[in-house]
Amino acid sequence: MTEPLRFHYDVDGENFSSAGEASVALKQNLRKLGYSPEVIRKVSIAMYEGEINMVIHANGGVADVEITDDRITIILADKGPGIADVELAMQEGFSTARDNIRALGFGAGMGLPNMKKYTDDMKIDTEVGVGTTITMVVLL
Amino acid sequence: MKVSDLLKAVSLKAVVLDNPDAEIEGVYVGDLLSRAMSHLEKHNAWVTIMTNKNVVAVGSLSEVSCVILAEGTTLPPDAVEAARENRVNVLAADLPAYELCLALSDPLASKP
Ligand SMILES: Nc1ncnc2c1ncn2[C@@H]1O[C@H](COP(=O)(O)OP(=O)(O)OP(=O)(O)O)[C@@H](O)[C@H]1O
Ligand SMILES: [Mg+2]
Repeated sequence: MTEPLRFHYDVDGENFSSAGEASVALKQNLRKLGYSPEVIRKVSIAMYEGEINMVIHANGGVADVEITDDRITIILADKGPGIADVELAMQEGFSTARDNIRALGFGAGMGLPNMKKYTDDMKIDTEVGVGTTITMVVLL
Repeated sequence: MKVSDLLKAVSLKAVVLDNPDAEIEGVYVGDLLSRAMSHLEKHNAWVTIMTNKNVVAVGSLSEVSCVILAEGTTLPPDAVEAARENRVNVLAADLPAYELCLALSDPLASKP
């Protein structure tokens, strides 16, 4: 068993229009490491949706990615408002995004469903007023 | 069909063409980014009127062969820059999405 590879990204909560930088950086790292296009696509889309959610709903947070022999694990942690009803938030089409965010093309309420769709496992730990931590696994 | 061949067949402007040999397989039309990420398939041409940097990010992550801006919409300079950096082809059309798709249909169907 080789040592896990780890990447850490700080996700800035201020800048909506350039959000996604951590996902783009992760994608480039995975490319360099030689992962298959399919794996890279799944991991980077799931990471992007989570990153954008931290920016638009939680004023930023941190992303940690751990790669072992058989899986890539993405942990997104924020100290935002938390999610009151996770089951509702997971439904396609549910969104609390404001109009200025919708004008950029976000707010379809498909981000969390996409994160589930493109990963093999997804867990949401959240507490209203405390924050949200989402852990996603893509098997290699 | 290659992006470069599509440019010859349909009246489109090349805004960023860093990867002219990219093969187009199928088209997706839509402006909501998360819906696009759900439905876009690799090597699709993505027709949209949404024009900000996030469009480039989504196009890149979804591995589209090109983004086609419909209805005369244009990308702001920072988005053009991002498209160059990430090698995302961006084309532009004056036609609205429906007419644009009609124009794409024959050329894309005739070549494997
Ligand atoms: N990190 C988070 N902190 C607080 N609330 C969140 C977080 N992530 C998601 N939510 C809540 O869950 C809802 C659904 O999220 P989802 O990503 O599916 O849709 P969206 O972000 O609103 O729109 P889209 O992702 O389609 O652009 C959000 O509108 C928001 O209310
Ligand atoms: Mg979202």
